Amino acid sequence: MSIWEYANPVKFIKTTDRLMPYMAVGAVVCLVSGLIWGFFFTPDDYRQGSTVKIIYLHVPAALMAINAWLMMLVASLVWIVRRHHVSALAARAAAPIGAVMTIIALATGAIWGQPMWGTWWVWDPRLTSFLILFLFYLGYMALWEAIENDDTAADLTSILCLVGSVFAVLSRYAVLFWNQGLHQGASLSLDKEEHVHDVYSNPLYVCIAGFILLFIALVFLRTQTEIRARRARALIARERLA
Amino acid sequence: MISLLMRDLRLAVRAGGGFGLGLAFFLIVTVLVPLGVGPETGLLAKIAPGILWIGALLACLLSLDRIFALDWEDGSLDLLATAPLPMEGIVSIKALAHWLTTGLPLVIVAPGLGVLLSLPQGGYFWIVVSLLLGSPALSVIGTFGAALTVGLKRGGLLLSLLVLPLYVPTLVFGAEVARRGAEGFAVQTPLLMLAGISFGAVALLPFASAAVLRINLR
Amino acid sequence: MMPDLGKYADAVLSSYAVSIVLIVALVALSIRRARKVKAYLAEIEERQKNV
Repeated sequence: MSIWEYANPVKFIKTTDRLMPYMAVGAVVCLVSGLIWGFFFTPDDYRQGSTVKIIYLHVPAALMAINAWLMMLVASLVWIVRRHHVSALAARAAAPIGAVMTIIALATGAIWGQPMWGTWWVWDPRLTSFLILFLFYLGYMALWEAIENDDTAADLTSILCLVGSVFAVLSRYAVLFWNQGLHQGASLSLDKEEHVHDVYSNPLYVCIAGFILLFIALVFLRTQTEIRARRARALIARERLA
Repeated sequence: MISLLMRDLRLAVRAGGGFGLGLAFFLIVTVLVPLGVGPETGLLAKIAPGILWIGALLACLLSLDRIFALDWEDGSLDLLATAPLPMEGIVSIKALAHWLTTGLPLVIVAPGLGVLLSLPQGGYFWIVVSLLLGSPALSVIGTFGAALTVGLKRGGLLLSLLVLPLYVPTLVFGAEVARRGAEGFAVQTPLLMLAGISFGAVALLPFASAAVLRINLR
Repeated sequence: MMPDLGKYADAVLSSYAVSIVLIVALVALSIRRARKVKAYLAEIEERQKNV
């Protein structure tokens, strides 16, 4: 029994079908409870007022935006090394989710920035890197759409993902160098000094768990869809040949 | 390899190769910017390094799809692939040819266009240095993008979407060198970073481009 | 029931609205496409069995 068994599409669909309800229910429970906890039962921050409640969407979305890309990177590597189709399709399935998470992080950040910094947008390193990350997602998805042959598309996009990752990291450091920002440092770190207070961080953990579960459930669902779409294309092709 | 380089250069210089196109585009961008932002000398001097860099980058982008498209259409790319040259070598030569026909001319005309934008005295030297260091990276990264989109019918727009985010680090450090140079600050840090990115890209990206090209020719 | 959001009510509410709309849209689109593709595949498989 090894993890590679799940590279078999049928096995993958069967297992994820069993797991998905738990993930979906867990995601809904965590998100609803975390957001309600955050929205209704946390005090206002003495400086930021009620805008602190935006953190429950902003931080998890930002985390998932980055982690979705990491997951795509791992899936692309697995595809390049072991050539499991499910892996390539999972990377494809994750991209739109990551892009939406990036939009959420950017949008909530802009709405938060308006009252706090007095502007919707500043060319702050964190904001700029997220915008660039969004462009990477767009390019990645566009390349998948553009190429008709499935294997070629999987190969090309996974190489783009690898090269893109290197350049995304480079861009991150480039914009850090380019401008010192208004954005605060990490909200969650082991260093207690800059950590947000427990009152705020506990619901935040629930929300983050919710976003992670949501991401997993969506990746399962979308990967299944991609597998089925691909099988349908293969069957159609066979039909034409016959 | 040298004969391949000479062939590419001859094809590019000949009519329809798009040799002058990039330069003309660069000129037009630098003419349009003052028309857009107003003729105020102080403002122009401030943004001149950035405008020159963005103009050079866009001019570079314009000619990228020609790197492989013509060879792909008439089938000579398949011939090249079966030639005893390693694919990495072909890709590097293609990038070098692109740089010699697009990047180098841009570097040479950049100071002249700097006059139009009233670039400060100290800026001329550094704009040339930064473009000279940065434009090979632009060509190599662009070759990777061109290799990705080689078989596609309407690859042009997709090519820009893929390549422009990859240009970000080069642009940031290149423009920073030029800006600091123009304002008389120390340029060492961004200059070293720019050189690092450029050499790293030249050394490593041909492998990725070659892998991509092999997949596309499969 | 509604907590007092003070002068930042617009910002907080709009960011919740934007995020929730986006998430719901993403989930709805994913589910819709999943159903469509599933039905489509079932249809093709059915057809090929009969042939």
